[in-house]
Amino acid sequence: MSDRESHFVALDELTVSFDGVRVLHGINLTVSRGEAVGLVGESGSGKSVTWLAALGLLPGKARIGGSATLEGVELIGAPPSTLDRVRGGRIAMISQDPASALNPVISIGKQIGETLALHRGLSGIAGRAETLRLLDLVGIPDAARRIHAYPHEFSGGQNQRVMIAMALAGQPDLLVADEPTTALDVTIQAQILDLIQTIRRELGMALVLISHDLGVIAETCDRVAVMYAGRIVEEGTTGALFDDPRHPYAQGLLGSLPPLSGPRRRLVSIPGVVPDPRLLPAGCAFAPRCPKRVSTCDSAIPTLGVSHPGHRVACFAEEAVVQEQARSHGYAA
Amino acid sequence: MTSANAEPLLLARNLRRVYQSRRGMFGAPSLVRAVDDVSFDILPGETLGIVGESGSGKSTMGRLALGLETPDRGSVRFRGSPMPMPSTAEWRTLRQRMQMIYQDPLGALDRRLPVLTQIREPLDIHHPREHHGNQVKAAEMLARVGLSREQGARYPHELSGGQRQRVVLARALMTGPDFLVCDEPVSALDVSIQAQVVNLLIDLQTELGLAMMFISHDLRVVRQISKRVAVMYLGGFVEEGDADDLFASPLHPYTKALVSAAPQARSTNRHERIVLTGEPPNPANRPTGCAFHPRCGAAMPRCKEEAPALVPVGRERRVACHLYPAATSDQTRAA
Repeated sequence: MSDRESHFVALDELTVSFDGVRVLHGINLTVSRGEAVGLVGESGSGKSVTWLAALGLLPGKARIGGSATLEGVELIGAPPSTLDRVRGGRIAMISQDPASALNPVISIGKQIGETLALHRGLSGIAGRAETLRLLDLVGIPDAARRIHAYPHEFSGGQNQRVMIAMALAGQPDLLVADEPTTALDVTIQAQILDLIQTIRRELGMALVLISHDLGVIAETCDRVAVMYAGRIVEEGTTGALFDDPRHPYAQGLLGSLPPLSGPRRRLVSIPGVVPDPRLLPAGCAFAPRCPKRVSTCDSAIPTLGVSHPGHRVACFAEEAVVQEQARSHGYAA
Repeated sequence: MTSANAEPLLLARNLRRVYQSRRGMFGAPSLVRAVDDVSFDILPGETLGIVGESGSGKSTMGRLALGLETPDRGSVRFRGSPMPMPSTAEWRTLRQRMQMIYQDPLGALDRRLPVLTQIREPLDIHHPREHHGNQVKAAEMLARVGLSREQGARYPHELSGGQRQRVVLARALMTGPDFLVCDEPVSALDVSIQAQVVNLLIDLQTELGLAMMFISHDLRVVRQISKRVAVMYLGGFVEEGDADDLFASPLHPYTKALVSAAPQARSTNRHERIVLTGEPPNPANRPTGCAFHPRCGAAMPRCKEEAPALVPVGRERRVACHLYPAATSDQTRAA
C-alpha cells in the first residue's frame, strides 16, 4: 500500500499466532473515511481476530506481526497511552452479546457517562445532557427515566442500542461492529441495522461490519472482504462480489444460502470442513474442498490479485490473477 | 388443512400450554400462555415449518406435538389415537415412532461414549438380544448420514458441529420413526455446513417418508425444507399456508415484516425493508385483542379489542387478521 496515508485505517501484512500456531496469515485491508467495509466468513476464519489484533485487544500470548496504522500512526506495539486514545476515541467496537459487554450492576447512564468523561471530559450536567442525547439518538424511548435503569431491565435489542450509544460517546471515526445482530430476532435485527445506517450517514462515521450473514453485510456495506482460514480470499464492491463472486469459496457460500423466493433448488454445499489452523494444507487452504482445484493449488498459496478493476481474488483458477502473479512471480508464503 | 384426502399422521386441536412464572421469590405468580389455541394437522411424509421469533412459543409447540409436555387444553392425536400420558409404557412405545432433534448436538450426546455406540443405543434398548444385528444397522446408518467408520469410533468432542448433528440425526432415525420434530437443528452451524445438513435432512425425508415439524427462526431454511409453513407470534399462528406461496405473497402484516426483514445477499432480490417499531412483546404481559396490534402499521381500533381468529383466506391459506375477514373472494391479491 503506497497510498497508505490517504486511508483512514490500513492493515498491512497483519499476522497473528497463538502458541506458535498462525491463525492470521497476512491481512491487507484499508478503510477510508466514512466507508462501510464488511468482513464475512465462517467461524474460525479470523474476521474478529483481525480487528482485535489491530486494536491491541488480544491476550498477551498472541504474537502479532505486520502493521496496522491509523492515519499513518502505527498501532501494533504502540504504547498504552496511544492505544487508550485510539480505542473508544477514534475507533469504537461493539460485540455480539451486549448483555455480557455491559456491566450488570451499574446503571446504563453511568456506563455511558464514564465513556464521556474519559474521552470527552464531560461530567455533571453536561455529561448527563450528552448521555440523554445519545440515548435519544439510538432510539431508547423515555431516555430521561431509563437513564437510571440497569442492563437486565432492557431487552436484547435495547441493550445493543445502549452499546451503540456508548460506542458513539467517544465520537469515533470508525465503528467496528462484530456480529452486532447475530443474537437478535430478525425484526429487531432490521431495526439495529437501520439505526447503524442512519447514524453512519448522519455522523459520516466509517464502519467495519463483521458477520457470518451474507445478507446483513450485503445490505449494509460498500465493500466486502471474504475471509477463509486466516486469509482474505476475495475483496470487491458489495454489488460485484455478491452478484458475481469469483472465488470458489465465495461462490460456495452464496450457493449454500437457501433462496427466499423463486424455485427451490438443491443447495450447493461446500463439502468437508474448515481446516484446523494447526493442520493447514501446504497450498491453498481451500483446495481440499474446492471444485475448481488445479495441480498448482496443492503446492502454492495464491495471493490476492486484481481480477478486474476494484476487485481482488486469491485463486489460481482466476486467469487474470494467475497472469498478474506470474509477471511478478510473488508467491508469498 | 383438513381438506386433504390422506389420514393425518398428527392431529392437534386447540392446544394451549400455560406456564406459571414469578418475579422474584415472593412476587405474585403470573401466567404465561406459551401456546394458545393452536390447531394443525401433519400428513404422513409432510413437513410443517414453524417460524417465529424468540418467545413466540415455537419450541413449546414442538414438545406438545411430541407428547413431551401435556397441553392444558386441547389434544394431540397420533395415528388416530390420543397421546398417552408421559412416562407410561404406551408413551415409551410411541417414542420409537417419533423423535426430536435439538439445536445443540453436543448437549444431546454423551461425551463419554464413542458416537457409533450412541447411535446403536436406541436399538439396544428396544431389542436388547440382537447385539450383532444392532451393530450392523448402526454402522449402516452411520454411512447413510455421511460419516466414515473411523469417525464412528470417535467421541463427540472430536467431531465438528455439523458431524455431531449428523450423529444425532442417525440416532434419531435408528428406531425407524414416522415423525421427527427438529427444533433449530442447523442454527448453530456455519452456512456451508448448514447447507450440507439441510440437504441430508431433505434426502432422508424423501427416502424414509418421514413427516417433520421443522422449527426455526431462519425463514430461508424453513422454506427450503417445508411444504407448509406456519408463522407464530406470541403463542398463536398468525398465518399458515404453502411455503413458497406464503413467502412470495405474505398476507399478515407480521409475516410481511418478517419476510421483508430477511437480509438479501444478491442485489436483484433487494427490496424495501419494513422496519417494525417497538420491542418483541412479553408473553407474560400480553396486549389485549390482536397480540400484534401495538407493532402493526395497519392496526385499527377493532384490533385493540378483539383477537382475530385464524380463518381460511383463498384456497391454501389461513390468516388471523381483521384485514382479512373469512371470505372466499380474491382478497389474497392484496399483497
